[in-house]
Amino acid sequence: MSGPDDRIALRHGAGGPAMRALVASLFARDAAPDPDVVGLDALDDGAAVRVGARWLVFTTDAHVVAPPFFPGGDIGRLAVAGTVNDLAMMGATEPLGLSLGVIVEEGFARGDLERIRDSIDATCREAGTRILTGDTKVMGRGELDGVALHTSGIGFADRVVRDHELRPGDAILVTGTIGDHGLAVLAHRHGLEVGEALRSDVAPINGLVRAALAAGGDAVVAMKDPTRGGVASALAEMAAKSGVGVLLDEAALPLRPAARAAAELLGIDPLQVANEGKALLAVRGGEEKAVLEALRAHPLGRDARRIGTCTAERPGHIVLDTGFGRRLVAEAEGELLPRIC
Amino acid sequence: MSPTPAPGPPGADDAAPAAPAPLQFRDPARARALVAALARLTAHRSADDPLSIMHVCGSHEQAIARFGLRAALPRTLRVIMGPGCPVCVTDAPEVDEAVALADAGLRVATYGDMLRVPGSGRSLADARAEGARVEVVYSVTQAAALAAEAPGEPLVFFASGFETTAVATAAVLLAGAPSNLFVLSAHKYIPPVMEIVAEMPDTRVEGFLAAGHAAAITGWGVFEPFVARHRIPVVIGGFEPLDILAGFARLAELVRAGEARVDNAFPRMVTRAGNRRAQERLWAVFEPTGGQWRGISRVPNGNLRLRPAFAHVDARRRFAREIAAAEHAVAPGREECRCGDIMAGLVGPDACRLFGSACTPATPVGACMVSSEGTCRIWFQYGGHPDLGGAGS
Repeated sequence: MSGPDDRIALRHGAGGPAMRALVASLFARDAAPDPDVVGLDALDDGAAVRVGARWLVFTTDAHVVAPPFFPGGDIGRLAVAGTVNDLAMMGATEPLGLSLGVIVEEGFARGDLERIRDSIDATCREAGTRILTGDTKVMGRGELDGVALHTSGIGFADRVVRDHELRPGDAILVTGTIGDHGLAVLAHRHGLEVGEALRSDVAPINGLVRAALAAGGDAVVAMKDPTRGGVASALAEMAAKSGVGVLLDEAALPLRPAARAAAELLGIDPLQVANEGKALLAVRGGEEKAVLEALRAHPLGRDARRIGTCTAERPGHIVLDTGFGRRLVAEAEGELLPRIC
Repeated sequence: MSPTPAPGPPGADDAAPAAPAPLQFRDPARARALVAALARLTAHRSADDPLSIMHVCGSHEQAIARFGLRAALPRTLRVIMGPGCPVCVTDAPEVDEAVALADAGLRVATYGDMLRVPGSGRSLADARAEGARVEVVYSVTQAAALAAEAPGEPLVFFASGFETTAVATAAVLLAGAPSNLFVLSAHKYIPPVMEIVAEMPDTRVEGFLAAGHAAAITGWGVFEPFVARHRIPVVIGGFEPLDILAGFARLAELVRAGEARVDNAFPRMVTRAGNRRAQERLWAVFEPTGGQWRGISRVPNGNLRLRPAFAHVDARRRFAREIAAAEHAVAPGREECRCGDIMAGLVGPDACRLFGSACTPATPVGACMVSSEGTCRIWFQYGGHPDLGGAGS
């Protein structure tokens, strides 16, 4: 009989502790410390290499999503936004360009591929970047489910913003409503008709992040985009790396009514659900008001809120004040599955 | 004794002008009033001798955990989660049967939280990682639709859940399911297991909070014989935070007054007779039979099996040969699991040697660590110790 760890399971790709353990043990080993490199061992949103007085930021992402077209977006928009946003999270908000690998299953409709290409082009325009180089492969029927994309991106940053610089007292901001992408895709996949109101938030937010950094400067001490694993995993990772706790105020969490309803119906915690057009920011020294104002002045940041505060207590843990009491925030362990009752 | 404040619409002065009015059953101000009432009602007890209340429903535990109620409750009240998580009480050999069917190449559909429950050795998720065809469904209706999409091959629905969920299975079978849909029933019936818990020699349970949705079907009258036999009060509770707190407060009142009776704290959903049409459907398709509940004991009349009239959809009959191949050898380490004692309210998860070390959500040993409704999982993830402080503290 084989043990549970002899094979890769879906939980190893869910953005939670299992995925971090897999990446850390399998790929991010034995890195020699180098002050001029933020490398794989940092397990940050991307890598950075010092070039003269600046940093060259480099990031890469594989994208699979079922179905490839979903309410509010598609796999093409997801790929471009994901890479642009990972660059932005490191402080590189003006991406120089992207690469695009396309792997297609035999029999995939050409029209669908054209739709994906158009979406990639449109999203690149929004982000102020372009595809510089690419590659295409076709695999036999059944060897792949439809289409997979792979994007990489580069950009310069004057200051690399990391995800582990949190200190007690720092304010935690989110740039908008949470849970929209994951809940829209889950509801769509499980055939729940929750109406037009629930749509993915997938968008490139480098312009939004640029505005926040311009307003907050060095007071923006850490950033992370809460993609797979949601706000729960992103904050848990930031808190654990920084050695602080985070106290979240549930009443302050921005949540669309449709997302709240879908989460209740599916029995899923919106904090554990992927976002594809949001960022978490840690802001120091009372500068959060200036950063919030800058975020809210941007069309993609109108719902930005302060949702919590870093604490010295319970390092590595996220505590949620529900208004009724308090609890720890759980990370998703494996796929998000609807509950039985 | 002051009467328990009942949940009701928030007064005009409760709502801050800028914020949206709180949902009627999620009003923190009313919750604080109920918590204060609970502190008064249990003031004569101590942290060493708290009033012990058991609920028997995973949805209650989810709500208690999600709203952080344990951190707000007085230390003079102890709330125990009983055997109320259908996933947790599904016996390992039942999971083995489903795994055997999946290993035999049959398509198996089940609820999401059944996927990772370990059988004696493997779980359905393990079988799926090794190539078996296991589908997650949200409802029995969805399983029937999957079967209808591929009429050429059988689809086995591994059906777990209490009477609430069993009614849905029954309704689909009565309405005429696709002929290639088969049911592997792990459905269970709650009232008999309450007898088992009440009769345990070490039990400290002084009152039961019964699940409102199950009582909506069975009616609250179903608990009257239990109360008469054991002289323990039962209160029917809903699932919003105020429902739960009001249920606790009513139980505290009944225990303090020495009144053993059934009280309905969820009258907007539950009647004495319940939903007769649902009961007719349930008992037309299923019959009670004795069965093992994982970690608890054999529970007379605690399992629901398909009646002979539904033998043609019964996976245990149709695939008897495949099921006979199920492996029931218990994996090493499993025997130390104390899920049963925990679900019986005898000990907390921290009394289990495996908890948090050998047994975590990523490497669950017992079902209580698998299900999002399991006590161990909830303690591990949300923090079982109520030392996080109250809201706003």
